Amino acid sequence: MRFPIVPTLALVAILSGGRAAAEQRFPPPDFSPGYSLPVTEAQGAPARADARGYIDAAVLAGALALASYLALGRRSRRGLVLLGLGSLAYFGFYRHGCICPVGAVQNVVLAITDPGYALPLTAALFFALPLLFTLFFGRAFCAAVCPLGAVQDVVLASPVAVPGWLARALGLVPFVYLGAAVLLVATGSTFLICRYDPFVGFFRLSAGLDLTIYGAALLIIGVFVGRPYCRFLCPYGALLGLVSRLSWRRVTITPAECVRCRLCEDACPFGAITTPSPETPPARRAGKTALAVTLLALPLLMGLGALAGRALSPAFAHTHATIRLAERVWLEEAGEVEGTTDQSDAFRATGLALDDLYLAAGALRARFDTGTTILGVFAGLAAGATLLRVSLRRTRRDYEADPALCLACGRCYRYCPVETDRGKRHRKPREAAP
Amino acid sequence: MSDHETTPIPRRGFMRAAARAACALGIGGGAAYLVAPRTPGERVWQIDPEKCIACGNCATYCVLRESAVKCVHSFAMCGYCELCTGFFNPSPNDLTTAAENVLCPTGAIVRRFVEDPYFEYTIDQNLCIGCGKCVKGCKMFGNGSLYLQVIHDRCLNCNQCSIAAACPSEAWVRVPAARPHLWKKVT
Repeated sequence: MRFPIVPTLALVAILSGGRAAAEQRFPPPDFSPGYSLPVTEAQGAPARADARGYIDAAVLAGALALASYLALGRRSRRGLVLLGLGSLAYFGFYRHGCICPVGAVQNVVLAITDPGYALPLTAALFFALPLLFTLFFGRAFCAAVCPLGAVQDVVLASPVAVPGWLARALGLVPFVYLGAAVLLVATGSTFLICRYDPFVGFFRLSAGLDLTIYGAALLIIGVFVGRPYCRFLCPYGALLGLVSRLSWRRVTITPAECVRCRLCEDACPFGAITTPSPETPPARRAGKTALAVTLLALPLLMGLGALAGRALSPAFAHTHATIRLAERVWLEEAGEVEGTTDQSDAFRATGLALDDLYLAAGALRARFDTGTTILGVFAGLAAGATLLRVSLRRTRRDYEADPALCLACGRCYRYCPVETDRGKRHRKPREAAP
Repeated sequence: MSDHETTPIPRRGFMRAAARAACALGIGGGAAYLVAPRTPGERVWQIDPEKCIACGNCATYCVLRESAVKCVHSFAMCGYCELCTGFFNPSPNDLTTAAENVLCPTGAIVRRFVEDPYFEYTIDQNLCIGCGKCVKGCKMFGNGSLYLQVIHDRCLNCNQCSIAAACPSEAWVRVPAARPHLWKKVT
């Protein structure tokens, strides 16, 4: 038996005018007594429990304190490795890597730029705690608390040294990445850092093909190049690097006085060990010239950055859904493309005026023009600052950990003979005690 | 003890300490400022059912293998139709629950006879994958009593919701965690 369904549906569609929103086309029935309306499944569910976020923040604070103690007080590489694995298990695989301090940067920016967004306390703590700990104890967060760092530390099997100039050049990328992420949040486009997080897909076992390839490539590179994401991409690492220059206590390769034995020279897979200055300093005049040239080049770099940023504005603007929609609708209206997309259908269903959409997109484009120009200036400034750092000479007598680059992983500790000697002496008296 | 008074603090060390204090105050104070003045508190993701076009992205873009989005039913709005366009596919062979007649790919909608001519449609959330096929059907030809919502004991509340990024109609909004749903009401 077949029902004449299709004509009926067509009639209903015509009568109801197709797209009128949620109206009662069919009046709810009057049931005979005895029937009660079921309860919508989720309606009985309690409001979301927020306690988990606070537990995470507490775990983060505890892990940061422990990592700082292990790196600076205990000087235990083994302890840091174990803590790192614990963080990887908890923040990574158990809590699926969200929320993380790296991404929390964006929440903070959104809270500043969008008055309608309330910064969750958890996000604020995840943003601020690692920075504050770094300010006092160096980048212990990177060593053993960050799950993204831990997963790379695990795979680092046979480190090769990245040439200094290349490492410095690539070290600029995090600043540009940070600036781009801030720009995209401030314009309401997207959370760039979260969308292109290379490892969160592994934690959740849900990455798409592109991010799986990206993450796997970073891990494969990470077998030979120490922590490529942390050093050459991580935008939060850029902030931590800045802050750790001011740190109150930080990792020292040797627990006492450096004997300049050179044993630690190749110990650091991240290129963070600075060597003593040469005995005979290079000519003072040459140094001065280099400094002057760099200072002159700084505004030039910023200007070039501004031009490049402005040129890239359309590419950045394309990340914004409204701008994409406006372009699509415009092409459809002009008859340059055939068919419609879900987006353009949804827009037309709202009944909003085309001109309003174009105006909104235009205003957004203007914001992107300004934003990308500022981003370019910022990138130029970062490049200039790096050049300036290279051309500034400071006399160093000892082998030291560069405060900005040192990830406090503790690998260098066991290379230091002073450390080994101290370890022996610490143990001996107890054994010798009668 | 008196060492402190006689030894001048090194200039460099003092500058660093001052900068450090300023940084600590800036980070801590800034975070506290951004958190404190706004009382609505934490936000969670939710779907505005008025904007949702049931495109099907919710089923596929969620980072969870089984989406956190599920269909819910506002029974007070439901017409209890015998021919439910959210339940049956557009040209069913028969008004029975046989698989070839129904829209739902997982058989998550349970059809139950109440009294002539009314049928009750409840959703088995364990089976629902949030594809929105029934939502589309119900919205097109019915009362729109079926709609999609984020189920919060499943949602991870990702910082950037993957579905929100893929939503064609900007239906994904952040709502206060205290009232995490946007229920449809009888108009």
